[in-house]
Amino acid sequence: MNAPIAKPTATRAVNVQQIETPRGVKAWLVEDYAVPLLSLEFAFKGGSAQDPPGKPGAATMLAALLDEGAGPLDSQAFQQALDEKAIEISFNCDRDYVGGRMRTLIRNVERASELLRLAVNEPRFDEAPITRVREQLSAGLRNEANDPGSLAGRTWRARSFPGHPYGAPPNGTLESLPKIERADLVALGRNLITRGALHIGIVGAIDAARAAKLIDAVFADLPASGVLADVAEAPFGGIGTIETIDLDVPQSTIRFGRPSLARHDPDYMASVLLAHILGGGTGLSSRLFREVREKRGLAYSVSTSVSTLDHASFLHGGTSTKNERAKESLDVIAAEILDLSRNGPTEEELDKGKKYLIGSYPLRFDTSAKIAGQLVHIQMDGFGPEWLVERNRLIEAVTMADARRIAKVLFGDGAVSVAIVGRPVGL
Amino acid sequence: MAGSPAIVDFRLDNGLSVVVIPDHRAPVVTHMVWYRNGSADDPPGKSGIAHFLEHLMFKGTQAHPQGQFSDVVAELGGQENAFTGNDYTAYFQRVAKEHLGVMMEFEADRMTGLVLTDEIVAPERDVVMEERRMHCDADPGAQLNEAVQAALYTHHPYGVPIIGWSHEIEGLNRVDALAYYHRFYTPENAILIVAGDVEAEEVRALAEASYGKIKPRGEPPQRNRPQEPAAVARRLVTLNDEKVEQPSWQRCYIAPSSRTAEPGEAEALEVLAHLLGGGQTSLLYRSLVLDQKIAVVAGAHYMGTALDETRFFLYAMPNPGVTMEALDTAIDRVIAKFIADGVDAAALERAKTRLVADAIYAQDSQAMLARWYGSALATGLSMEDIRQWPARIEAVDPTAILAAATQHLDRRKAVTGHLLPLEEPVAA
Repeated sequence: MNAPIAKPTATRAVNVQQIETPRGVKAWLVEDYAVPLLSLEFAFKGGSAQDPPGKPGAATMLAALLDEGAGPLDSQAFQQALDEKAIEISFNCDRDYVGGRMRTLIRNVERASELLRLAVNEPRFDEAPITRVREQLSAGLRNEANDPGSLAGRTWRARSFPGHPYGAPPNGTLESLPKIERADLVALGRNLITRGALHIGIVGAIDAARAAKLIDAVFADLPASGVLADVAEAPFGGIGTIETIDLDVPQSTIRFGRPSLARHDPDYMASVLLAHILGGGTGLSSRLFREVREKRGLAYSVSTSVSTLDHASFLHGGTSTKNERAKESLDVIAAEILDLSRNGPTEEELDKGKKYLIGSYPLRFDTSAKIAGQLVHIQMDGFGPEWLVERNRLIEAVTMADARRIAKVLFGDGAVSVAIVGRPVGL
Repeated sequence: MAGSPAIVDFRLDNGLSVVVIPDHRAPVVTHMVWYRNGSADDPPGKSGIAHFLEHLMFKGTQAHPQGQFSDVVAELGGQENAFTGNDYTAYFQRVAKEHLGVMMEFEADRMTGLVLTDEIVAPERDVVMEERRMHCDADPGAQLNEAVQAALYTHHPYGVPIIGWSHEIEGLNRVDALAYYHRFYTPENAILIVAGDVEAEEVRALAEASYGKIKPRGEPPQRNRPQEPAAVARRLVTLNDEKVEQPSWQRCYIAPSSRTAEPGEAEALEVLAHLLGGGQTSLLYRSLVLDQKIAVVAGAHYMGTALDETRFFLYAMPNPGVTMEALDTAIDRVIAKFIADGVDAAALERAKTRLVADAIYAQDSQAMLARWYGSALATGLSMEDIRQWPARIEAVDPTAILAAATQHLDRRKAVTGHLLPLEEPVAA
């Protein structure tokens, strides 16, 4: 049969409304009455990159404590109040932001927003949950201490961003967590949880007026802004060298990467496309999948993508292969990177890559929570709602000349920063 | 599980079961085919063949050589994958709705048209070995899980890992894969699930034009699994490894599944798991983590979706300095106290609210709904069972919960697992 043509597909999020509440808080809303629930996602810019010096893990600990008691409710009372109405409220921490989400049946939206208001405005930071969360994070660190994937990731970040907050462990260390005290958390919260740093996405069975009321109730009383530390642009280190962490396991877990284009670089989408051609997609059709997995059976998974943080942009990838074939795997990967740099992709690769990235975009919008999350991330990236259409247009517009030009920038001489955990042979 | 009235099921003339889950919020569809066979149907000595065949199903057919299907999915901006469980193997694509017919043609084609050569099979076997090294052999926690399951099931194949044992994967070949394929990949054994921006009648027409052309085999393949004898001995499995820095504790009880349970029993076990160990307000968390401060986390989970007798899990991670024996004792006390004190009415209400709300939350995700229907149907439940699930959770009463706890949380039917660092050498 002939391959059918992919048509651009509208996403339901195209119907985004930009709202500004009576008290001046901005949010993006998608009204959707198909299912009687509400998903609210939000983020405050400034995350673990704002950890105080010598106290990595502080912002993660802060996020973990926001749903551990607030206002008149201690931790157990707060959690019980959530349970009574099956309301979900949780917080997380990334390098550049503290995120939060709320999900509720629409009939419980009043109670949910009251609980969220408490969590955001009046977290208690009681000593008992502080001690407990510290123990939980420490147990997590011990648990992944010798996990090859975590260890390789930690090692790779530390060597690639030396001396920069991005190289530090966001969940802290067994040494740093005990040093983080209540006063640190209160101070960090005061500076991170502010209206000025806030981005909101809201999706569900709610109209603009009611959404505005909810948002004002939850967020309008927050301080306008806080004091954030300046974060420098992260220099990329470790290029062209390999760091091996010895671990007695049969497989070598490999992480590699090099700098890439910034988020607002006009050629950013070309770099996304090239990383996809090298090792992206659902994984069943990329160059590395073909060369590493399908042809040679070297690994179960191999992938690459580009990531952009506020102060660093990088291409990164990983695979796991038996120790005896670690060198062969790295050689194959290096050869493909170098080939793409020298020759660019084939016409077919470029065409298929574009079709995939354009056609798969709607799949990022198939649940309320995913839509709300996308709305927040587009705002944090500094784009307007037009990005929902613009994004695919930019991918479509990448020419072969663009791809070849950017391949030379992105892949350069092919040198990468490598971390390996295991007992690789021949390296 | 959600019971939206719009969900429709029917059967094609060749025996293929079809379920349509309309979701018109986005112009996409999730297309899944589930086969009612999983790792528990691997022939003796051929552990891992169900999973290995799942990999090989991407290797092409007479009509569509290797790579063609995946290329088309990728070009259409679709996503695809597959997974193998104890009781089922499933394949799915997620694409814009206008491409549903194309997905069906390809998926129907590989139900009978798979072509395998030794040149293709050999490197894929290496891939599976790498998958096993990645997920099991480098992870003492995963190795303990395998050992606990192997100890729990002394006879039934749920004790064998889905991916297989290394020494048997190494011996799997083209002939094994094709024999397994011809036995199980038939229309009578398959369930087609389409969730998304479609109506039942269009799905029926497309399915008849693709899957409908496959000749029936006459009857579905039989699953003949040796069943587990009554357990009489409590068992302890301990794994010490130098890579372990955070010990962990688990216990796994044999329990009836949604299919094998008496009416109401599986629902009682579901509520019991939530009361004992569903989140921060549960009995285990409150007792071990908040009150006694001997664990950083503690919880419970009931795996109701299974064809045969299944598993009820308890787990905990100790605080530094707390022994496994202390956790054993503390957890046994929580269970004994729960049985002695009875069910707290408010906690029961909260548990039911949560479980029933999950069914509504699930309606927000067509992919999740498709998975729930597929896994339930592939493990012997009916559409009616799925529809009635929220009502049956509402109907669970304290007597049933205590009966389930008394009968099934019996250590003679359980294996306890301890994950520990290497032991200090002991002087003779």
